[in-house]
Amino acid sequence: MQPSELNAMSFETYPAQARALAVGHLPLLQSLPLALLPLLLREVIAYDWRFPAERAEIDEQINYLQGLAASQRAELMRGFAAIKLPAELTQVDWVNQPQNFSEQLTAYLWSTHQIDGFRKAASEYGNAVSAATPVKPPETARLGIAVIGKGVQTTDYPIFRKLKAHGTLFTQVDPAGGLATLIDAVNTRAQAHPGAYRHWYIDGGEAMAGAAAGVTQLSYAGIAPTRRALIGRMQTWIDSGKMGPELLRTKLAALGPADLGMKADGERAVMGRFEISLLTEGSGTQIFATTFAQWAAREAWRRAQPETLLVRFGPRQRQRSMNETLLGTDTHEEPDFEGSLIDADMGAYYTWIDQQRLAGAQQGAFVAWFEGHEQAVAIGPGLPAGSTSEKPATLRQVMEWVS
Amino acid sequence: MGSGFDLFGPEASREIAWSRRDFLRTAAGLTAGSALLGFSPLRAVALPRPQKAIVVTFGGGARDEETFAPDGQENIPCLMKTLLPQSTFFTQVVNRGILGHYVATASIVTGDYETFDNFAAVAPDNPTVFEYYRKDLRRPANDAWVIAPSNGFNRIGESDNRAYGQGLGAGVILPKHLLAAAMPKGGVVDYAHLLKDNYETPYYAPVLRGGEVEMKQLESVLKLSVGDFIAHARSLASPDELSVYIAKQLMRQIAPSLLWITLHDIDVAHAGAFSLYLEGIKRTDRLCGELWQAVQSNPEYAGKTNMYILPDFGRDSDLDAGGNGFQHHRTGDALSRTTWMMAMGPGIRQGAMVNRPIESIDLVPTLGSLFGFSARFAQGRAITEAV
Repeated sequence: MQPSELNAMSFETYPAQARALAVGHLPLLQSLPLALLPLLLREVIAYDWRFPAERAEIDEQINYLQGLAASQRAELMRGFAAIKLPAELTQVDWVNQPQNFSEQLTAYLWSTHQIDGFRKAASEYGNAVSAATPVKPPETARLGIAVIGKGVQTTDYPIFRKLKAHGTLFTQVDPAGGLATLIDAVNTRAQAHPGAYRHWYIDGGEAMAGAAAGVTQLSYAGIAPTRRALIGRMQTWIDSGKMGPELLRTKLAALGPADLGMKADGERAVMGRFEISLLTEGSGTQIFATTFAQWAAREAWRRAQPETLLVRFGPRQRQRSMNETLLGTDTHEEPDFEGSLIDADMGAYYTWIDQQRLAGAQQGAFVAWFEGHEQAVAIGPGLPAGSTSEKPATLRQVMEWVS
Repeated sequence: MGSGFDLFGPEASREIAWSRRDFLRTAAGLTAGSALLGFSPLRAVALPRPQKAIVVTFGGGARDEETFAPDGQENIPCLMKTLLPQSTFFTQVVNRGILGHYVATASIVTGDYETFDNFAAVAPDNPTVFEYYRKDLRRPANDAWVIAPSNGFNRIGESDNRAYGQGLGAGVILPKHLLAAAMPKGGVVDYAHLLKDNYETPYYAPVLRGGEVEMKQLESVLKLSVGDFIAHARSLASPDELSVYIAKQLMRQIAPSLLWITLHDIDVAHAGAFSLYLEGIKRTDRLCGELWQAVQSNPEYAGKTNMYILPDFGRDSDLDAGGNGFQHHRTGDALSRTTWMMAMGPGIRQGAMVNRPIESIDLVPTLGSLFGFSARFAQGRAITEAV
């Protein structure tokens, strides 16, 4: 099917709000090239379960396209229209399975050496939309917090090596009451600027007590039942011997809350699907707590665009070596503290980078702390980059200086 | 559509991007103008020619940041201190093809950018280096071997090209398939995790079938009893260590002239655990050193073997919003496409550095120039500084 053949019935299986959005802009959708439209529909089809910030972006993007004159829109679409697509791709049910189309499109673009042309078109399109729909800075400057190294007693690993180039490394932080201080900071901001999904606390292990009701919480331990259900399904598929990694990914993308024994209606609709997406779209999130925490923080920044985000990395399970596996030494459930610290150190750096992608980044602040220890790094407008402070300080003071 | 700040602007990207020309000066004592400014290909003609070649893919995709950039050099002590001074180092090796491990390795092997589905167990479309080598030089089947990590790679030894193809390629050993064949059936040991051969989906572990062919390889090619093989496997920490063990055994028993070893442990990065990715790099560094040491200590190879080490490609930049940094190689950005190559052995200048960009598909025509076969279907061009 070509985009020009779309009609209102094409979207009958879409959830209510997504259907209304698509049908309300049918002539626009009919005019878009096939190399782009399914990618837009991939966002639209999940509109009912998107975070407020994502909905606003979808609305703005569609309104922007709608407001262009036909010639302007054609010019904007020139790069996508130049992509040559085979007839087989038009046979894919790209209206109802845009994710499936997207994967096949990607493989096709690579195999025909059109990936660079597509990247260029996508980049130009993204720049045009961004310029036309500038994102407003947040009501209050963003604050990101990463806590790493839970359970680590000593280490030789040079933590915060990447982050400290952008801020101040504190080497004499009093660790007493550190976690409570950070949770308090999140709670205070949530109370001062209340709103759904504006303040987050993500834990790579068991969630600490103390987060206020207005804080969106997510923990690796908390989603354990969903994770176990997912792994069980994956194992069944894999054991069938009929499934390669591509088909496996497609099946994962099609999983819904009910498939994994999750209730995700009402207020849980958005978060339930977000949690599933972390496990089905993330790579390694199913098996490593550190990967889960990093990916969850990234996706929260990217999708919900909160004003506050605290991520605490917990230890992940050990990766068994080959000889341990062959000898049947079952140690993989043991935590790997040192490895987890290294993972989390990089995860903290990525959490900061992902924060920088959002509007108002220059006003934002970021703090990373080695849990239970004296090292912290703080990045913010008031702190010099690449500096070190050996002055004794509390975490509360660091939080004040960085804000 | 967040606006972000100029950390992600082109100016900042240029600033952050490590200068590939400079990156070796800091640790290796090489100077930019050393060696190659005065290098004349004609002088190489007088140098001894290699009789054998070993190609090692520094497998699974490794970035500059964790290897040759200043912070990464601690992860590759063997490459930096032992092998680099003996090598000509190519600082810009570009892969313009598909960034999937099997198809990318097949592209290096054929000298053409192959375009098949990375996850399909298909033969390359274009003739492989093994076919060129064996047909043009009339070499026997046992003279070219591939040791590779996983499913799909079992077809990498020979192409579908009608002028070459069946019977003219390399023997392929998949060590994990050997292990699957050798391990007692129905045992209590769960080794599915070990046999996992595709890190793109970390939980994915296909059923590996090892059977009669693999058992025959063990006995008649590698001259290993099942018991010895299993006992040795139980002393090794990773699949790549097993691959190198097999390679050394092959060198001792058959001494092939053309040996291709694809290492893959590094690709555990897809699981998102940075520490495991670093461990993979450190292990691969050590194994490269062991291989070169095996060359030097084996009379069949010492003094007459060239070794080439190159990643199949890199991994995504930390700053590309389309990826997740080291974890994947999906964006096709410049960092994921640009890596390096180390060449060492007779006729190759030691302690030299080449800064001009070359492509990974240039390796096979280079081997052709060295050994005297024609890689006639290859898109790549012989690297003058290496022949």
